[in-house]
Amino acid sequence: MDPLVTFCLRMGDTTLILGQQTAAWCGHAPVLEEDIAFANMGLDLIGQTQLWYEIAAQAEGQGRTPDDLAFFRTERQFLNAQLVERPDVDFAHALMRQYLFDAWHLPMQETLCESGHQAIRELAQKSVKEVRYHIDRSRDLIVRLGDGSEESHAMMQGALDALWPYAADLMATDAVEQALVGIGMLPPLDRVACAFEAETAVTLDRATLAIPGNGHARTGGRTGIHTETMGYILAEMQQVPRSFPDARW
Amino acid sequence: MRPDPDTVRGWLGKVPDPEIPAISVVDLGIVRGVGWEDETLVVDVTPTYAGCPATLVIALDIETALRDRGIDKVEVRRRMSPPWSTDWISPEGRRKLLDYGIAPPQLNAANCAGMLSAQSAACPLCGSKNTEAIAARGSTPCKAQFRCRDCREPFDYFKAI
Repeated sequence: MDPLVTFCLRMGDTTLILGQQTAAWCGHAPVLEEDIAFANMGLDLIGQTQLWYEIAAQAEGQGRTPDDLAFFRTERQFLNAQLVERPDVDFAHALMRQYLFDAWHLPMQETLCESGHQAIRELAQKSVKEVRYHIDRSRDLIVRLGDGSEESHAMMQGALDALWPYAADLMATDAVEQALVGIGMLPPLDRVACAFEAETAVTLDRATLAIPGNGHARTGGRTGIHTETMGYILAEMQQVPRSFPDARW
Repeated sequence: MRPDPDTVRGWLGKVPDPEIPAISVVDLGIVRGVGWEDETLVVDVTPTYAGCPATLVIALDIETALRDRGIDKVEVRRRMSPPWSTDWISPEGRRKLLDYGIAPPQLNAANCAGMLSAQSAACPLCGSKNTEAIAARGSTPCKAQFRCRDCREPFDYFKAI
């Protein structure tokens, strides 16, 4: 596959799966404000997905639409980071998943604002403003709940222990990114991992949470290797279009 | 009949935003260009938020409004760059928002790193600047919920972005 297509799918699949998971909190969050926040952020992420898929579809040149890419690919064809497919479990997990994603997404979008590819640059310049609001919220909640009651602290630490190994998959790069950096389409991405480390070190410390020190890292999502939860997410997300492939609003 | 772009802009100034009907799509600053390409009237529109569900409705409303004026060939095009900013909401639009009960976005706050804590909103009901944020999101992605510490009323603030 054209490295550009692969890269756009890695980005768009990650925002789509998190958008899908986030949207599912609509009507279930512990307080109304968080319910609304999750639903609105899900909208932002799905909107950004649309833009990534448009670039991918155009580069691919096979006439596929963003909807085709979202609804008619199978698990091994999805290239999202494993972190975003991890299950909700509880509000602490949903929030920690969101925060770790945001801590990567913001420096990633800031870096892509300098992309040599016009459509990617324009996408990033648009999205980065939304992403700043996302991390503004998730960072605040991580600190408040981590440095909160004994119970909220224990829940946030449990979520961090469970999810931290998957953060590495956000930063995982291979020959695809290297090829795009090589032709000047992407700026060097090492600064994204540095920014992620700096952000999480400061915020998790403020939240009195300890980063697991065992060094476990799970990767593979970027090449289509997923965890046990992924199939269920796709089944729910794709069920209607696959059952009625010609249906139109 | 090929009305000039200024006339068309005047018409679009009457097309309400579907989520906040108090202001028009022109007040909102999302109509970026109006011009003729052969027999087709092309309107360039910038989306507010990437995932705002109103985007599709806005394109349809613009098309419908222009067809109602007798223009057969209309094309609404999406223009991404430069990205929309709340600084583009017109002074008229800001006044209308305020009358409608929504505190307009602070000017030049678009690049304040997106932090709501860096923004302050005056109460649209009593004018007091003694207000506090309750939640960063409201009934639409573009708004936050605030409360006035003086008149005690809650209100919407249109976030600077």
